[in-house]
Amino acid sequence: MKKLLTTTAAATALLMGATGAQAEGKLAIYHWFEYIPQELLDKFSKEHDVEVIMDTYDSNEAMLATLKAGAIGTYDVAVPTDYMVSILIAEGLADEIASGELANIGNVKSGFSDPAYDPGLKHSIPYQGGTTSFAVDTAEYSADIDSTDIIFNPPEELHGKINVLDSQGEVLALAAVHMGIPQCSTDRDQLKALNDMLQAAKPHWASFNSDTAKEVLAAGDVAAGMIFNGYAAKARETRETLKYAYPKQGWVNWMDSVVLLKDAPNRENALKFMDFLLEPENIAQVTNFARYTDVIQGTAEYIDPELASMHESNPPAGIEGVFVEACNAETQAVYDKIWTNLKK
Amino acid sequence: MAGGATSGGNAVTDTYKEARNWLLLPAWGTLGIMVLAPVLLMLVYSFLTKEFRGGVIWEFSLAAYDQFFFDRGLFGDDPAKIEWTYIAIFWRSIWQAGAATVLSLLIGFPTAYFIATRPEKQRVIWVFLITIPYWVNLLIRTVSMRFLLRDEGPLNSFLMTTGLVDSPIHMINTNFAVQVGLFYSYLPFMVLPIYAAVERYNFTLSEAAADLYANKWITLRHIVLPAVKPGVVAGCILVFVPSLGSFLAPDLLGGAKNFMIGSLIEEQFKGNAGNWPFGAAASMILLTMVLIILVIYARAQARSDKEAG
Repeated sequence: MKKLLTTTAAATALLMGATGAQAEGKLAIYHWFEYIPQELLDKFSKEHDVEVIMDTYDSNEAMLATLKAGAIGTYDVAVPTDYMVSILIAEGLADEIASGELANIGNVKSGFSDPAYDPGLKHSIPYQGGTTSFAVDTAEYSADIDSTDIIFNPPEELHGKINVLDSQGEVLALAAVHMGIPQCSTDRDQLKALNDMLQAAKPHWASFNSDTAKEVLAAGDVAAGMIFNGYAAKARETRETLKYAYPKQGWVNWMDSVVLLKDAPNRENALKFMDFLLEPENIAQVTNFARYTDVIQGTAEYIDPELASMHESNPPAGIEGVFVEACNAETQAVYDKIWTNLKK
Repeated sequence: MAGGATSGGNAVTDTYKEARNWLLLPAWGTLGIMVLAPVLLMLVYSFLTKEFRGGVIWEFSLAAYDQFFFDRGLFGDDPAKIEWTYIAIFWRSIWQAGAATVLSLLIGFPTAYFIATRPEKQRVIWVFLITIPYWVNLLIRTVSMRFLLRDEGPLNSFLMTTGLVDSPIHMINTNFAVQVGLFYSYLPFMVLPIYAAVERYNFTLSEAAADLYANKWITLRHIVLPAVKPGVVAGCILVFVPSLGSFLAPDLLGGAKNFMIGSLIEEQFKGNAGNWPFGAAASMILLTMVLIILVIYARAQARSDKEAG
């Protein structure tokens, strides 16, 4: 609640500032935390003589809540994940980009220019892609880690030493992968089984944390934890024995995108910023910082060579990940209930 | 706190009768905008229909309160039973806030007493020392506590290098850590009001009690405590109420494994649930509970004032 209040307060402050001066030289970004390097924002700021303001969030749902609570019209762009892009479009919170408005849109690698979440890239540009599974400290547990059993049916060595993301979408998606059932299933037996499986797994977990998912692993608070691949690579830089897992059952794939928001107060600058991020040299800076993968042509020469070869960005061939699905209202109500049961 | 305003109020009223309403305007304005309007907004929202993925539809509905008190199973079509989930969450928060209050009182009272009985010049320094950590943001202090308590943190390293323990004492992500966090966060709210009360206490009363052969315990219980009671009660309320709604300590130190009132409400706005009316309803129920506690206190206070006067 307090976090929400501060975000809302920040948004209100921003709103007042933005309506007071419709100056051309501004850009308001709503972004994930610890993701984009400040130097890149400074570079954009300098090149286009634009003052960049950035607020951050720690979950797609928090971003949606802030926008719906009145922050729409405050920010120019946001950076939601695939499924949330389609939700923003469906909720009418995304603006349309006319063809020709983005000079560099052709730089997007083929295969990513017509995604299911935003057909024809009418509202967004792909930003960074990656996977979500979990990392294990191999000094604490040396057997095979490539199974979702590590989280949902953990070996005794890991009991009480597991962190899961404090995020319903990712936990329930990975849980569905673990059980081999479809996401947003409407089958009652499957939903009951999902609920029971999570209830049985929870006593083995130490904590639910998203924004400290990296830190708890790096500091050794837990020996295994759900995490995004690039974040896992960063944790490994601190603690070398951490290994990112590619479970044989599958994992969660995602693509974060820069969305042009409806009623953007600085639409022109937002488009400039999107074009800026479509340039290989610039997006490569994000990739190098966040340790994920971009889908822009010609970034290879700017990318940290270690990044291409590292374990965290090279999923094994032959196993597929899944994208998080946005459930319909009826199934979402059951999912909410399962999540509340899990945390009650 | 309560009751203090009635004595001697009449003289003031007469002198400023003309200007009083105007002078009160800023106070009423602040109360209206900062307290009344948000609470009313919450009250209204709690009776509206939820919109999928956050937001409300402007149609009257009792669904939020129904969800709080009645359980209709995983799929919402079982016969209604009493819902214990949210009551349990509230109970857990109340228990935790109560424990933090007791802990703060046990440490805070002697601390305040100690400070109040120092020579005047020293007192300022002691009070200053109590407040210094609170110049730092609460989030940062809570995260620092995490650093201190973790298995590989300085506290455990110290215990292990000195040979006091062989393996680290596991403190992080336990209720103990949450208690430490709450206690640390809100201790000054206990110390300062008690200090203010003890400072005003006339210590010749204790001397008189001693002259009449009261031992130290009896003096404390029957002379000192009744005199400083308003300070103690104020301290307890100031620690209990924010502890009740806190979620930083449970999240960061307790591992967020179980919802607290604060995080349950947060989830309704920030999480997947997106159920604003339910979040508002839970806030209203919390607010009602706190109000009831305060009213009971105010009444008891008024009664004891009457008896004393």
